[in-house]
Amino acid sequence: MIGDGFGWLNDQLLRMQWLADLVTLLLRDGFGLDTAGRIGASIHFFIYDVIKIFILLGVLIFGMSYIQSYFPPERTRRILGGVSGLPANILAALLGTVTPFCSCSSIPIFIGFTSAGLPVGITFSFLISSPLVDLASVILLASIFSWPIALAYVVVGLVIAVVGGTLLGRAGMDRYVESFVFRNPVIAHDGAEAALTRRERLQFARDQVADIVSRVWPYILIGVGIGAAIHNWIPQDLIAALLGQDKWWSVLLATLAGVPMYADIFGTLPIAEALVAHGAGLGTALAFMMAVTALSLPSLILLKRVVRLPLLAAFTGIVTAGIIGIGYLFNAFGYLFL
Amino acid sequence: MIIKILGSGCKKCVALGDNAKAAAVTAGREAEIVKVTDFADIASYGVMSTPGLVIDEKLVSSGKVLSADEIGVILARL
Repeated sequence: MIGDGFGWLNDQLLRMQWLADLVTLLLRDGFGLDTAGRIGASIHFFIYDVIKIFILLGVLIFGMSYIQSYFPPERTRRILGGVSGLPANILAALLGTVTPFCSCSSIPIFIGFTSAGLPVGITFSFLISSPLVDLASVILLASIFSWPIALAYVVVGLVIAVVGGTLLGRAGMDRYVESFVFRNPVIAHDGAEAALTRRERLQFARDQVADIVSRVWPYILIGVGIGAAIHNWIPQDLIAALLGQDKWWSVLLATLAGVPMYADIFGTLPIAEALVAHGAGLGTALAFMMAVTALSLPSLILLKRVVRLPLLAAFTGIVTAGIIGIGYLFNAFGYLFL
Repeated sequence: MIIKILGSGCKKCVALGDNAKAAAVTAGREAEIVKVTDFADIASYGVMSTPGLVIDEKLVSSGKVLSADEIGVILARL
């Protein structure tokens, strides 16, 4: 009984079965479209997924930003300054999950952390986990796939961040940081965080929703559009032949295609969903998603201004290798989750 | 007086710039608003969260869009 109740809540709140039914009703009875047919199904997928993602996005970013208002970068830096070694990498990866997912803030954070004397390895653990894993994307993953997959995604995302940061630290990559980074002042500036009232936090959360939605909506529309196309127009055989999990190159192909792309995790999820539904391996789809969100050409170009090539190459190489490894792992053990 | 807005050109930076301009007018101060968008320059003020507000080379706030009233209070103290 309890299990049924939870299942019902999961279906209605997270998966929004009611919305799918409503859209079906509207298209079938309102417009006379056959929602089982190709065009009808594409339109159904598009409308349902767009509305669902925007609702979840709004609610989740609001909640997350409220939590985030307790962890401005200055405070994160102070917390991380008090630990060292592996625990510091783990803590950095965890703190990365409650901080902004916009890669545009990563450079000031990198400079701020490094100039305060945090080791490069720990800063990178934070920078890898920040766009890759956040609370909002976990709940979206649970909505589109399932809770076990969402939790597994968090765990492997954190593992990449911890291992990647540790390796970069061990390799003595500190010397490849541009020297101007160390010459910046460290300003404590703790007043701002203590001064926030509850009302200001709520307002901050509301502003974040407006800011993020206004920035990511094109990616969501494009992502859902591609998802709808994959769902109904690209032959299943083609996807299975290219990205099926029995194909050894599928993860490699998906990762290398995803690395240069810049998109938000919210835009990539519908694509991953459609790929999995049409015969791509779960690991292949997750690898694509991680590659798109963790690495992108624009963010690497920005990063190039603060670190030199060897560090940039090591960072890209380690993260790419980690994503490929995880893709194969999920393809091998994915049947446990589906 | 030179007021610098630190930020990569986001909406919040524009809002902060407008508020700063309004505050300066209200306070009857001659102020030049300068937008600082380069990451290295922003970081040179020790700022990690934008937008940041710098008045005559002194960082007065970061990560927050201050209202014109709040900026007015800061101006009065200077």
